[in-house]
Amino acid sequence: MMDLSTTYMGIELRNPLVHSASPLAEDLDNIRRMEDEGVAAIVMHSLFEEQLRQETRELYYHLTHGTESYAESLSYFPEPEAYSLGPEEYLEHIQAAKSVVSIPIIGSLNGHSAGGWTDYAKRIEQAGADALELNIYFLPTHPGVTGAEIEDTHLEILKSVKTSVSIPVAVKVSPFFSAMANMAKKMDDAGADGLVLFNRFYQPDIDLENLEVIPNVLLSTPQAMRLPLRWIAILYGHVKASLAATSGIHTAQDVLKMLMAGASVTMLCSVLLMSGIGTIKTVLEDMRVWMEKNEYDSIHLMQGSMSHRRCENPSAFERANYMRALTQYR
Amino acid sequence: MRASETRLQDEEVRRTMRRKRVTIDGNEAAAYVAHKTNEVIAIYPITPSSPMGELSDAWSSGGRPNIWGTIPHVVEMQSEGGASGAVHGALQTGALTTTFTSSQGLLLMIPNMFKIAGELTPTVFHIAARTVATHALSIFGDHSDVMAARTTGFAFLASASIQEVMDFALIAQAASLEARVPFLHFFDGFRMSHETSKIEQLSDEDMLAMLDEELIMSHRARALSPDHPVLRGSAQNPDVFFQARETVNPYYAACADIVQKVMDKFARVVGREYKLFDYFGAPDAERVIAIMTSGGEAVHEAVNDLVDRGEKVGVVKVRLYRPFSTHHFLSAIPKSVRVIAALDRTKEPGSAGEPLYMDVVNAFVEGGAEAGFKTAPRIIGGRYGLSSKEFTSAMAKGVFDEMKKESPKNHFTIGIEDDATGTSLDYDPDYSTEADDVIRSVFYGLGSDGTVSANKNSIKIIGEGTDNFAQGYFVYDSRKAGSVTISHLRFGPRLIRSTYLVSKANFVGCHQFVFLEKYDVLEPLVEGGTFLLNSPHGPDEVWDRLPRQVQEQMIEKKVRFFVIDAYKIARETGMGVIINTIMQTCFFAISGVLPKDEAIAAIKDSILKTYGGKGEDIVNMNFNSVDRALENLHEVPYPDKATSKIEIPPTVPEEAPDFVREVTARIIAGKGDDIPVSKMPIDGTFPLGTTKWEKRNIALEIPVWDEKVCIQCGKCSMVCPHGTIRFKVYDSKCLDGAPATFKSTDARDKEWKGLKYTLQVAPEDCTGCGLCVDVCPAKNKAETRLKAINMQPQAQLREPESENWEFFLELPEMDRNNVKMNVRQSQVFEPLFEFSGACAGCGETPYVKLLTQLFGDRAIIANATGCSSIYGGNLPATPYAANKEGRGPAWSNSLFEDNAEFGFGFRLAIDKHAEFATELAKKLKSELGSELVDGLVNAEQKDEAGIYEQRQRVAKLKEKLKTIDSREARQLESVADMLLKKSVWVLGGDGWAFDIGFGGLDHVLASGRNVNVLVLDTGVYSNTGGQMSKATPRAAVAKFAAGGKPTPRKDLGMIAMTYGSVYVAQVAMGAKDEHTLKAFLEAEAYDGPSLIIAYSHCIAHGINMTMGMHNQKAAVQSGAWPLYRYNPDLAAEGKNPLVLDSAAPKIPLEEYMYRENRFKMLTKSNPREAKRLLKIAKQEVMARWKLYEHMASMTYGSDSDQDGG
Repeated sequence: MMDLSTTYMGIELRNPLVHSASPLAEDLDNIRRMEDEGVAAIVMHSLFEEQLRQETRELYYHLTHGTESYAESLSYFPEPEAYSLGPEEYLEHIQAAKSVVSIPIIGSLNGHSAGGWTDYAKRIEQAGADALELNIYFLPTHPGVTGAEIEDTHLEILKSVKTSVSIPVAVKVSPFFSAMANMAKKMDDAGADGLVLFNRFYQPDIDLENLEVIPNVLLSTPQAMRLPLRWIAILYGHVKASLAATSGIHTAQDVLKMLMAGASVTMLCSVLLMSGIGTIKTVLEDMRVWMEKNEYDSIHLMQGSMSHRRCENPSAFERANYMRALTQYR
Repeated sequence: MRASETRLQDEEVRRTMRRKRVTIDGNEAAAYVAHKTNEVIAIYPITPSSPMGELSDAWSSGGRPNIWGTIPHVVEMQSEGGASGAVHGALQTGALTTTFTSSQGLLLMIPNMFKIAGELTPTVFHIAARTVATHALSIFGDHSDVMAARTTGFAFLASASIQEVMDFALIAQAASLEARVPFLHFFDGFRMSHETSKIEQLSDEDMLAMLDEELIMSHRARALSPDHPVLRGSAQNPDVFFQARETVNPYYAACADIVQKVMDKFARVVGREYKLFDYFGAPDAERVIAIMTSGGEAVHEAVNDLVDRGEKVGVVKVRLYRPFSTHHFLSAIPKSVRVIAALDRTKEPGSAGEPLYMDVVNAFVEGGAEAGFKTAPRIIGGRYGLSSKEFTSAMAKGVFDEMKKESPKNHFTIGIEDDATGTSLDYDPDYSTEADDVIRSVFYGLGSDGTVSANKNSIKIIGEGTDNFAQGYFVYDSRKAGSVTISHLRFGPRLIRSTYLVSKANFVGCHQFVFLEKYDVLEPLVEGGTFLLNSPHGPDEVWDRLPRQVQEQMIEKKVRFFVIDAYKIARETGMGVIINTIMQTCFFAISGVLPKDEAIAAIKDSILKTYGGKGEDIVNMNFNSVDRALENLHEVPYPDKATSKIEIPPTVPEEAPDFVREVTARIIAGKGDDIPVSKMPIDGTFPLGTTKWEKRNIALEIPVWDEKVCIQCGKCSMVCPHGTIRFKVYDSKCLDGAPATFKSTDARDKEWKGLKYTLQVAPEDCTGCGLCVDVCPAKNKAETRLKAINMQPQAQLREPESENWEFFLELPEMDRNNVKMNVRQSQVFEPLFEFSGACAGCGETPYVKLLTQLFGDRAIIANATGCSSIYGGNLPATPYAANKEGRGPAWSNSLFEDNAEFGFGFRLAIDKHAEFATELAKKLKSELGSELVDGLVNAEQKDEAGIYEQRQRVAKLKEKLKTIDSREARQLESVADMLLKKSVWVLGGDGWAFDIGFGGLDHVLASGRNVNVLVLDTGVYSNTGGQMSKATPRAAVAKFAAGGKPTPRKDLGMIAMTYGSVYVAQVAMGAKDEHTLKAFLEAEAYDGPSLIIAYSHCIAHGINMTMGMHNQKAAVQSGAWPLYRYNPDLAAEGKNPLVLDSAAPKIPLEEYMYRENRFKMLTKSNPREAKRLLKIAKQEVMARWKLYEHMASMTYGSDSDQDGG
């Protein structure tokens, strides 16, 4: 019997395939189907505190704009007794997801205010989430903001969330730290149960016809996995936190590589959006075939086997890698 | 009763208030009881009664039950006629049923009211009494509507205060059940329907105690039911109808005593005593005023004061007006009376006197001697308060003074100056009955700054949080953009009877600095009063920025002066332009109405209550504003001499026409009350083009043209809702004498080669909506955030651009024959609709303006009541304008429901006169010459060139007719203009076209006559505040569809297309402006009925109005609003008449819908339902698209003949 099980942040999973935060999780049917197809855990789409704030203000604006100005139309909308302006819908969705599937459900949070991070984290935990992923990102566009400040902010958020919840907490980080390994260590020390490598940002484009900047999401290509692959390999064994790989994981081969680099789990997103939820089954099947062929009876055996510490040629993961590649090419 | 005793009683009211104290307006007071004591409520929105229906709907939607534990059904009908029909039906089927209405709405109910009364059916109609339209529409209050219904057989019960509105709503309900006479319970529109006041709320137990359940069972037992069937509503003949009609007499005879009995029971249950005719004043009064509703309170105040001064006066408040009990009336009047004045809030021209006067006269004639009046008193009658005209205690005293005279004037008016027929009485406006211990405040604000909501909140805080009484009344603007609000608040230790505006304020708050130059804000402030000013200039600079006249008033009145920069704080706390909380805090901090700390705590508590449900963020923003307001409020010392060089400019320039200076300008300045009768038009006729004289300067930023970037596409001008951005193409010679900053560039179109092009903005008329900049497609290549027009602060542009605008207007207009009918060229046509009072960024007015550009000089417009009749025809000024030749759109508004028929009447008259003119011209052929006559009668007039040629012929005809001396020539002269094609337009909103006017519209469309119908479709009753219409799309939230409209929008275009003879187009300017233009041209050219359904974005959609055109585009792209033209002329040519002009849906429906709060708010209030309705809406959009696609691809003509089709 082939053993695909793994442990992520202390949670036993039937295999290392986890659904990465994506709009697919907004639909309960998708969640059910993903479980049926074999996914081991689901990270929900993110709860964005800023969006909730924005929507609250927007609603407030539209309900008051133009009112009390003209005698015949002192208001324009009926005023219902209550609005769900907070995260209720999201929390209810987590509850519903928990009730329809038996695999772990991981909440995802993008806070905005200090209070928001901890408050929403608690509520996600109360809603029944098995773990929480902190979707922290800042685009430090202001030239006065230093790297140290950004790092401190990350750590503060992590620490405050950790003290307010008892479920495992992962941090989804961006790759733009000047000292990635050090930052990972600091997060590890601050109590991160998992590090998710890496967050991807919207990448704006320019519309030449209309001279407009178009913010949009590009789905990841398989090339994107190289970046997390390297850092998982480097960090493996240096941090206590579980490592999760995300970005560009499309095939069984990609999953196997990430596991060997040291990932506890691999997260799928773009490939499911592009090729459908059915891909999960294919990836799992292909993994089994490869493992059988190469005589691996469990994935524990391969986890970290190709990491920086354990691989034959660790320098390949270091900066020299680039130099050598060039040399060889010449 | 001595006046001092009455005052003690008024104070006693407070101590005896045992029930819950609420601060609500009259509408809520009536609706509260009506909703608690009925099972079915059928309504139709009409100002000022709409809130009664809206509240009932909100309560039922929120699950609030009536006193028997069941939730009343609230339904919105298609008209008041429909509502009364539904009420009649529900009553006949045994439900306790009610309705609310006003004015024209009540008139539409009259036929059913006769039936309901004739069938002895208990019900109560609650009426916020409003002026019936005569020479003009008025939304304000008087009794012309209820008095028009007094022949129906309904009993009339009149409330005089907000407390009475609640009490009488219940008394009427109880009395109606017992008497089996239906009741019309009425109170003054606006003065009472919208006055907020502290009252005691009746409890469910009170209502249960007052309503006899056996009577309810009897009502149900009389209901139509197949289980005990009867026939009711037979047709009767001369033999028995009369006798049957007389059978009801005993019920009417008993009614008055029943009402008094119910009032007595009410006194036992609740503690407040009422009489059918309540007399207050000297027991030995010699002069008595009889009056109904709120005016009685002002008279009561005067009586209190005059009795204290030893005068023998009194007031009789008429409660039960119908059935009029002569016996009870005469019993209420002291026998000492020598003169009675009956005051009526209505006018019945041609009558022997107004209704109450006639009833009083009749009472004394019929029963005076019998009742013990040895000598009949002299009885005089007078009119007051039409259309919410102020009626004050000073006016009441004026009437009492007149009554002292040997020969007092009869059929007088009070409150106006009638210098034409001399009816008006003089009175001393300085006479005041305001008590010293009442805090009286006046606040001037903008609609957009939250002043009114802050004041409503303050009233609640004081009314519900302290023992004081509180009263608030709000005066709104007649314009929707940049509208000014004036709040009148009173707080005091006893019942407030002052049912008139505050004219002696001890506190004035001016929330906008610019008002100091426009309005006399300090006029109501008493000596030593407090003046709070929101000023961008701090305490050290502000004095020098005040106009000289303001400084002088402050010094003279020894004003305490405070300033705050509320906008700065609002920006810093995230409140934007909403300064309500900030100004409210300042008011409490300095007015002394409550101890400061207590007041601040109360404000914060109230913020929590008001905004708690809207999120913590909003609460914190407001809390922060309170704290920051206190830190930034400064008292300003000032010198004892005026030092300012700033003079208040005249309201309109000197060169304005006499009428504008003498009438329009005074209305604009808020002095319209002082205009005498002789200055007003006798038949409601007003000159065109007067909006241009009022320079409103409401834009903070205006567009500035970059001629180097401009591609001269004309789109900015096309979308401008206010006609404030225009271009002209002209010979370079015209630039001689141009102002230094006047911009000009070469015209780009090849047809206009060698000519100059200028795009010009009217800086003082622009509302700053930004629609033009949003649609501008030309970008600055070096800095792409800039376009060919860009918003810049108005203040520094005001002067130079005004000069440029004046110069621009003097440039010659383009010859209409030299213009291609596309957007970029046809926008050169002069708009004959400009600077209306529509909302900034209005989605309707660009269509109206386009109509006037294309056809204005020969257009006649029938306008349904609604937004378009308000921005088109509400005083002070008229946006419709004439061109230099004096031609322009002739405009009129008849009613809401009859507009298609009204415009159809235009067509009939024009066609008849054109036919008559043709007949006469043919008769006079020998004198006129056959070439001219043939040319005139056979003219095609299909395009601008044809119109131009016919104009020349008509001019020639008129010249020739001058030389012919015959009756026919004179007749022809008077109708000759009708030989030039007239463009008849019927304009209105979807409330008219889809609901109340649909029957008439359908008939007119079916008539085959050449009438052009333009439906300005916002999908909601915009003017009355966002009620659902049948044009409301599925899933949109509107009033009466709080849970999202569960049914689809009616496809009016499809219905019209089924005739096959109607030109139909569905357009959205923001999606495809060329298509809109084409549809207008085709509709007008089509020789038969045309219907254009125009997507009009609206403030009632909850959108960013600057981007309204983007919403239009999204509606089209999502398939929610397909563009098409259906031209029957094509079918005649064997082609498919339907052309689909937009592409298949290419964005998801939700991408359009969730740009708009009307859809989005459902996702917040009921996410599950939002999802469900979205899903259905998506299916509908696709199904409709397929249907249209199929229809547009069908084969017409010979092929279909072969198919047997």
